[in-house]
Order: sequence, then C-alpha cells, then structure tokens
Amino acid sequence: MREVIELQVNGIRHRLEVEPNRRLLDVLREDLDLTGTKYGCGEGQCGACTVLVEGRAIRSCITPVHLVAGRPITTIEGVAHGGRLHPLQEAFLEVDALQCGYCTPGMIMSGLALLTANPDPSEDEIIRFMNGNICRCGTYGRIVRAIQRAAQKMRKENRR
Amino acid sequence: MRGEIFGELLNPALEPERYELFATSLPIAPTSHDPGSVGENGLTALAEEPLREIAPLLTRRQFCQALGAGLLVLLFRDVRALQESGGGRRTGSPSLPQEISAWLHISREGLVTVYTGKVEVGQNIRTSLTQVVAEELRVPIERIRLVMGDTDLTPFDAGTFGSRTTPTMAAHLRRVAAATRELLLDLAAEQWQVGRATVEIADGKVRHLASGRSQDIGELTRGQKLSRPLPDTVAPTPPEQWRILGASVPKVNGRAFVTGEHRYTSDLKLPGMLYGKVLRPPAFGATLVSVDTREAESMPGVLVVREGDFVGVAAPSTEQAARALAAIRAEWKTTPQPSSREIFEYLKKNPIEAQGWEGRSQHLVGSLEEGWHLAEKRFQQTYTVAYIAHAPLEPRAAVAEWKDGRLTVWTGTQRPFGVRSELARAFGLPEDRVRVIVPDTGSGYGGKHTGDAALEAARLAKAAGRPVKVVWTREEEFTWAYFRPAGVIEVRSGVKADGTITAWEFHNYNSGAAAIRTPYAIPNQHIEFHPTRSPLRQGSYRALAATANHFARETAMDELAHLVGMDPLAFRLKNLADERLRAVLEAAASRFGWGKAKPAPDRGVGLAAGFEKGGYVATCAEIAVDRTSGEVKAVRVVTAFECGAILNPDHLKNQIEGAIVMGLGGALFESIEFENGKILNPRFSRYRVPRFSDLPHIEVVLLDRRDLPSAGAGETPIVAIAPAIGNAIFHATGLRLRSLPLAPHGLKGEIKPQS
Ligand code: FES
Ligand code: FES
Repeated sequence: MREVIELQVNGIRHRLEVEPNRRLLDVLREDLDLTGTKYGCGEGQCGACTVLVEGRAIRSCITPVHLVAGRPITTIEGVAHGGRLHPLQEAFLEVDALQCGYCTPGMIMSGLALLTANPDPSEDEIIRFMNGNICRCGTYGRIVRAIQRAAQKMRKENRR
Repeated sequence: MRGEIFGELLNPALEPERYELFATSLPIAPTSHDPGSVGENGLTALAEEPLREIAPLLTRRQFCQALGAGLLVLLFRDVRALQESGGGRRTGSPSLPQEISAWLHISREGLVTVYTGKVEVGQNIRTSLTQVVAEELRVPIERIRLVMGDTDLTPFDAGTFGSRTTPTMAAHLRRVAAATRELLLDLAAEQWQVGRATVEIADGKVRHLASGRSQDIGELTRGQKLSRPLPDTVAPTPPEQWRILGASVPKVNGRAFVTGEHRYTSDLKLPGMLYGKVLRPPAFGATLVSVDTREAESMPGVLVVREGDFVGVAAPSTEQAARALAAIRAEWKTTPQPSSREIFEYLKKNPIEAQGWEGRSQHLVGSLEEGWHLAEKRFQQTYTVAYIAHAPLEPRAAVAEWKDGRLTVWTGTQRPFGVRSELARAFGLPEDRVRVIVPDTGSGYGGKHTGDAALEAARLAKAAGRPVKVVWTREEEFTWAYFRPAGVIEVRSGVKADGTITAWEFHNYNSGAAAIRTPYAIPNQHIEFHPTRSPLRQGSYRALAATANHFARETAMDELAHLVGMDPLAFRLKNLADERLRAVLEAAASRFGWGKAKPAPDRGVGLAAGFEKGGYVATCAEIAVDRTSGEVKAVRVVTAFECGAILNPDHLKNQIEGAIVMGLGGALFESIEFENGKILNPRFSRYRVPRFSDLPHIEVVLLDRRDLPSAGAGETPIVAIAPAIGNAIFHATGLRLRSLPLAPHGLKGEIKPQS
C-alpha cells in the first residue's frame, strides 16, 4: 500500500506517495531523478549507493524509504555548494582518484561520513572505514590520498 | 553553406584497426559508415537530424554551436577508397568513402569538436585524445569537445578494445589535427597576403608577427568556401616539442563525475520511460516449457512481453517491474552440465575446431628433439586458470526508444557499431534506422562487447510503444554476461646447468593465444593453442589470455631458475634478447631492491615480466603470509612499464595501479563457481573482489621512450602480477601454486602454523 512520505533531501522537502518498503535508492533515482547515487549490487556490499542520513553513511539499496522519512538526507548532488566543490570533491579531481567514476559518488559520500566523524584519519582508519566501498577500476590508493588531502584542506579552512 | 573547407586525405599508410581475439558467440562483421547521415551540404544534414534525440547528452545550443558554420576536416583511413570514389570529393557526396576514421570541426566561435567512434569506459581516452588534438592544433584543452561512440555522429569504428585507441585513433587524430593546423596557416597567409612562413599559430589564434595581426581560428574560417586536399606529408609534432601531450592533464570531464552530474546509461530517463526486466532461465541452456503470466499482467501499469523463450516485463518503476517478474510462474527444462570442480579435465577432453582468432594456432622454432638432447635438466608442469567475471561496477544497461520507425539505444558497450548491427539484424531494420549512443560508461574491462541489454530494452520498448530502460542486476551481470575463459596450460622445458633454456613446449587449452609466444630467446620451441568447448559463455577480458599465458610461463621460468639454482632475475636476463623487456625488468628490480634485503620471516618476494600489445611490463611483489589464518596479502608491488612515448603520465600510472589491483583479485581469490549451468557465487558477498584492505604499497616506474610510437596501456600492466605473487608465495613458504586463483581461501591447511 502506498503512503505519503516526506523526504528531506539536500535541504529540500519532498512529499511523495510511495510504497513504504521501496528501497531509498530507487526513490532517489527514479522519483526524484537524483541519479548520482548508483546501483552496484543491491545487497549492501559495494557502497555505490551510499548517501548520508543525519551525516552518517548508509547504503540506500538496503534501506526502505520509510525508515528515513523526515530525516535529513544528503546525496552527492548536495555536496557542492553554489557551484563550489567540496574540498573532498576537489581532492578527488586533484589526485585523479577515479577512472570510470562509477564508484566515485559513493566513495565521496563515505569519505564525507568518515571526515565528519574523524577529521584527521590515518591511512589505516581510512582503509578500515572505506572497506565496504568497491572500486572495480582499482583506484583505492588514490582515494586514500584524496581523503587525506581533503582532511588537510578542511583543517586549514577551519583554522581560517 | 558558409565557411567550410574540406581537408582530405592524410596519411594513407595508417595502420588499420584489427580485431584482437574475440570470443563471444556473436558475429562481428564490420559495417560501413552510412553516407546517408551526411547530406549534400555536409554539415547541415549532420547538424539538424540528430538534434532531436541527442538532448540527454548535449544541449541543443552546444551542439548547434559545435556544428554551425566552420571548418570540417575528415581523415580517410585508406587512400584507395578515396581514389576509387573520386578523390577530392566533398563530404556531401553520396559515395563518401567508407574509411573515414575521424572528423574534426572548428566552429566560428573557435570551438573544436572531434568525432570518434571510440568510447570512454574509464581508460581516460577522452582526455588523452583531447590532448592529442590540443597539442597538434595549438588550441587550449577547454576549447575541445569529443563526441564519442555515437553511430549517427561518429565515423565507423570496430570497437574500443585490444589497446588500439592509442596506437591507431590517437595517431589518426594527431595527423588530422596537424594537417588542420597547416591548413589554417595557409588560410591566414592567403587572407593577409603575407608569407606562409611568417604566420604562427598558438593558443587557438593565428598571428602575423611583423604586423601584429592576429585572429582566432574560428574567425579565420568565416566567409570562406574552400575545398582542397590536405598534403599527406604533414608531420605530427615531435615528442621533444610536446607541451600538452606528455603532461598529466586531469580527466577532462572529471567535474561531472565528482558531482554526480554525469549520466551513465543507467541514469538516463526519457519522458514516459518504463523500467524493464527479463525473465531468466534457472540455468544455462534451459528451455521454457510453460509460463503463466496472468498474475503479472493483472498488476496495474505492468506490461508483459512474451516472444518465444523471451519473457519480459515493463513497469513504471524498478520495484514494480521486479514484483511483476517475481509473479511470473515458469517451468523450465534443464540439462546436466559440467561443474567448476571438473572443468580442467573437461577442457582437456573436449577439443573443437574453431576458426580465425579462436582457432588452433601453432608456433614452431628449431627442433624440440634437438632441445631435449641438449638439455641437462628437464621440467614439466601443468597450470590452470579459472573462469572469472569482469564485474564492472556499472552493470549492463540500455535505454531504448522507437520513434518514427527509428530505433535509438543508449547503452554502455565497447562496440557501438557492432551493437547497431545486432539490433538491425534482430529487428529487420536497415542500419541507418538504428542509432546507438554510448555515454561514458561505468567501465568494461573487455566485458561489454555485446549488446544483450540493448536488445532486451529495444524489444520491450517496441512492445510498450514507450521508451524502456533495462539495467541488469548484479546477479544478472555475474550470470548472463560472459567470462574470462578458464584454461589449462602444459609446459615442458629443458635447461642446461648454466641456465640456458634449450627446449620450450607450451600448450594452452581454451584460454587463448594472446601472448602465447615466449619473449625469451629459446632456440627450440613448440607453442600451441588448442581451442576447446566451454561450458560457460566466454569472451574478452582485459589483456585476454595474456594473463593466463604469462602466469604459466613466468611461474615455469621461476621453477626453472630454482631447478638450476639461479636467481630468478639472473635466470631471466640470461635467456633474454629483447632489450625493451630487459629494461623494464632491470628498472623494476632496481626500484624494488631485488636481491638486496632478505625479507622478514613469512614474507617472500617474486617477480615476473612480459610484453603484449606494444607494452613491456615487469612486476616485483612482496607478500606476507599469516601462518595462523593462512591469509596471503600483497604488501608491496613495484611495476615498471614501457609503452613508447607517454601521452599522459599520471593517467598511465592510474591505469597501471588499477591493473595491479584488479589483477590481484584474479591472482589470489577471484573464481566463478558453477554447477549444472548455474553460477553458485553471483554476487559480491560470494565473489570476492579486491577492496581497500587488499591494497599493497604500489610503486610505478614509467619508462618514457619518446623515440617510439605510443602503445595502449589499459591491459598489459595486468599480466605480470599473478605470477609475481605466486613466485613470492613460493619464496615465503616453499609452496608452489599452479592454479589461478592462488589462494581463494588463504593457505590454511597447506602451510604449517607457526611452531
Ligand atoms: S548498491 Fe548498495 S551497497 Fe552496492
Ligand atoms: S573508478 Fe571505476 S569503479 Fe571506481
């Protein structure tokens, strides 16, 4: 049975009539046309579908939409502000931490969650935190560097 | 028609595209580029017709800008085709030669648009080809746009595989851009009535130094009507003078990826589009006995399509489509089939006669008998490799739309023109009524040559009378795509006590003939590829069989070195005549510190080397074994790579790093398990791929040979990692592993726990 659910995505409220058990991933992609969030496995194994709910990384492919009703959700489309890239996005470009780029939105969302919880992560901490995200192109080393670089940038910006 | 110049005929001696081994069931005859899509006045027809449908990829304004009046230069691949059709003809000619390999357009605004049938799947050729044009045309990167892999807009191309883009397409574009540059200089000199040698071009502008005159290249073409053949002698800029080529230019459209703006095929949405799903048999080769679709049909908004054994649904959301599919009751007839446990005996017992690239091939040198006679020690071993999956993170996807009797399909494929042919055949359409567009794709690794999802989406869209999108689930991707072939390789060899190899016999069953020949100088050889039946659908995979053949060869080389008590590096160097291979081996060994420090207990080092597709690679690896858990981890990998003149060092490094990481999966744990036509591990929770925690410390040594033509690099760096790891495991544990993957469940039970 469909229900009316309020979703708060990237600061915008949406009232949607949806099947409450539909996965968040499909609602974002199909109903809201926010296709930056990707499907990679549908079983919580690859991280391509990662979004932030109240700042924490979740796998939208295994999250029924009703669970996140009314809670602030951030997708990759909400990371840059007013055309200005987030330092983590900049860092991904600066170290070319992508090849096909399909894993990139999920990597950035997971990386953001990490940096929120731990502004100065060690290499080991990054690897442990990010291990649920797959990059089939194998750019892991660059992603680690991008996260470290972003952490540095963000610390500098905060100090200013 | 205003301001067009048609430059024609460049270098006739360009290397034609060739097919590398291709092993799917689908025929791949190349088709001609249809001249009908370029009308009498060339640009106008090209610009108007596709505009309606290209919207999701390019806005109308951009496209008009790109193809407004200006300069169009075509590059013909084959001089004879041009002459036969009356050389010097304009593009509007209905007998346009079929061998156009690239075209380039300069708008009045000075925007350069380059059209190529190649596709971007993460190998970053959009960037390297842009660099090529920027360098030769002396135009800033930002002014160049590449239209790729669109069968209505781009010239015919056999496909993006075999590491051919750099040696062929980059070479073509260098020439077309260099010739265009010379044409612009001619034009400026004529317009200004000054000596040709006094005109310069830089930064998108032509300049006459003495008078200080300068004009944007876009303006230069204004009001001109010119047709002239281009000289075929224009030389591309020599690498010593490169400014943009050879530099680490970042991914040209990178921003769209980090913001999530880029639309892959699976992200496209057309008005009224439905989401499609296809009913899959429970096993390979199963046939449909009966099907009951009543429940699915009664669901609101759901369309069920049944054509023979094809049963599919289309619905307004993925969720509804999945539910409708689940409501279909079908009965299938299955047949018993071999399983992964007995695959290697099966391959040996099932030879077939195949044709062409897949056919039997033999390479004989000297006399083996002589070789055995000279040998002081003999060696014989068998190696195996498992079927593995590409598992590109973006599964196969397609969006199909029928409009006015024309079919347009967006899909992630490495062969847009091949898929166009598949579609035309399947629906009985002439090829000019089918258009295939390939948005930059979520990788391929050789796994996206076929048009399966495109056919499915087109079928459903036809029945629905609305656009339909089909995106395969991960499980479908793991099951219904094709696999890297499994194989058995038998090696027999003889050596003298001083380490000279006297005999080399090498038989590969099923995996393929790529890089099957030994790069070592061995006087007596018998090398043979034996095609066999394959219980699973198989096809290209990054570097094809070069991975399997290097694994067997370089493991055997290590075994031979130990047999004669030589250091594995010294043994290889002793049997080597190829200087480029020697150079990468020495470079990798020296950066790694080969033979210097003795690694810690339970650590081992190994190396391997080889060449393929114009690239030379050597890898040294250090691994660690945990004696309690049995886990094997690569801790450090040094790869030296040489592929001629380097176009973009950082992207080259990125490809090599990626190949090492991907190669680690096939080396250590990736393997498709199957039984009776079913894949037993069709998901990431059961099929382990490399993750962050598998990442070794990677060092890449690039050898830049500016005196040599550039070769592709997306494939070859993957071939040396598996044998290097295997040899390192032997060094650490004394355990010689001869099957890929080497340690799918670690080495527990095979090595003694720490005493
Ligand atoms: S798609 Fe959600 S984790 Fe893979
Ligand atoms: S860049 Fe292709 S999957 Fe990560």
